[in-house]
Amino acid sequence: MDFLLEPLAYAFMQRGLLASVMVGVLCAVMGTYVVLRGMAFLGDALAHAILPGVAVAYIFKGDLLVGAGAAAVVVALIIGVFTKDGAVKEDTAIGILFAAALSLGVALISAMQTYAVDLSHILFGDVLGVSAADLWLIGGLSLVILLAVVALYKPFLVLSFDPVLAATLRLPANLLRNVMLILLALTVVVSLQTVGVSLAAAMLITPAATASLLTRRLLPMMFVSAAIGALSSIVGLYLSYYLNIVSGSAIVLTATLFFLLALGWKRLRNLTR
Amino acid sequence: MITPHRLDVQNISIGYGEKIILRDLSFQVPHGARVAVVGPNGAGKSTLFKALVGLLPLQSGQILVHGEALHSHNDCVAYVPQREEVDWRFPVTVRDVALMGRFSQTGWFKRPSARDYEIVENSLAQMGIADLAERSIGQLSGGQQQRAFLARAVAQEPHILLMDEPFSGVDATTQEATLRLLDHLREKQVTAVVSTHDLNLAASRFDLVLLLNHQLIAFGAPQAVFVKENLTRAFGSSLLMMESGAALVDECC
Repeated sequence: MDFLLEPLAYAFMQRGLLASVMVGVLCAVMGTYVVLRGMAFLGDALAHAILPGVAVAYIFKGDLLVGAGAAAVVVALIIGVFTKDGAVKEDTAIGILFAAALSLGVALISAMQTYAVDLSHILFGDVLGVSAADLWLIGGLSLVILLAVVALYKPFLVLSFDPVLAATLRLPANLLRNVMLILLALTVVVSLQTVGVSLAAAMLITPAATASLLTRRLLPMMFVSAAIGALSSIVGLYLSYYLNIVSGSAIVLTATLFFLLALGWKRLRNLTR
Repeated sequence: MITPHRLDVQNISIGYGEKIILRDLSFQVPHGARVAVVGPNGAGKSTLFKALVGLLPLQSGQILVHGEALHSHNDCVAYVPQREEVDWRFPVTVRDVALMGRFSQTGWFKRPSARDYEIVENSLAQMGIADLAERSIGQLSGGQQQRAFLARAVAQEPHILLMDEPFSGVDATTQEATLRLLDHLREKQVTAVVSTHDLNLAASRFDLVLLLNHQLIAFGAPQAVFVKENLTRAFGSSLLMMESGAALVDECC
């Protein structure tokens, strides 16, 4: 019992744990759409694309999350504009913007004096540095995003499963796609603090991919994914405390372990059938 | 007052960039008619369906349903996609698929009502897949998958049903279920537009035939459309005229 309670004696650990669990759940739920719609590359790109926003916010001493959010929304919408008439393929557009935004972000940060430490926090997260104010922001944004996912469950389901049905039912497909991109971008922004830019994509994809191996309907997939996301965050944070490793890495590696277990279980079950 | 046609296609042209797939196509389909869309591969059949659904922009012309433009009203067109157009690994059961047909009528932000579930169960039963309701769509055979989508189309209670190649590569049970559905829909005054490679089926089970090869070759009753001149124009060199007057069409499948 002490093993579990000891880290929680520190307020920064309590905040870190709360933040990781919220981010774990949020990423895992949004991640189901990322996995089902084949947007893994986009999720990764969005995560990196928010770097210039963070850098600009840092330079002007603004809120990092606000800067990141603005950058993510801008990039998501530019991808939409690039690909609208089919002149550029989506993955090509993503590749171009991803690299450009990442380069711009690194360029801006490298122009600052203290960049080595800050860059590593932005890239890999700083879960133990979560302040009470950050916690409120993460909680508030998570709630808004999850409520949107609940409210738009049916439109998103139809749009993801059968775009043609979406058209015959007169769903505003382009608007919904943009809303989904914005929700995804906000999710990445929220996960910036805990797992960082470079590991956010893993939290989007890995729990959802694990859940897809274990379930066969969308709603259960979301719940299982959320549970795996939360559990990975908790286990990962304890591992990082006791093994003294970067918490973002520990969380992602835990999620990866769950994925491997699920994959092994599924293979075994198929063999024994 | 004259009742407007269920489906009125006026001088539509569709293409991608410079390439025109369908040129200046016009036809009218009256209430409850069953129309077979026939033509060689690449003649623009699927393109026509996508345009009728509203997925492809028209370069010119217009499509009217009940005398109104395509996007000005709801729910009256149902579409059964070709197998390749569906992601079969998506985590939905057969019942989930059929229930999607009700979303628009129920409202996008409401839970399905008991009536919705009743309609869905009836549609599944009508297609002979009620016992498969809990299965993942990926676990079904090709024919069963198609019947799941037909059940969804029925649950939509459409005025116009569009089916792209429902008779290709399916088992006899599914083919029969599809044909029975067409007869049933006719009683309910639902217009059906169906593309097919099977000219015999088009001639025997449909009221009207639309012969297509990038433009309208002929449109009318099967016996009027299926004459040597029209078939030669539509199928060109892949058509073999026999001495007895029968025609063989060489298609890839």
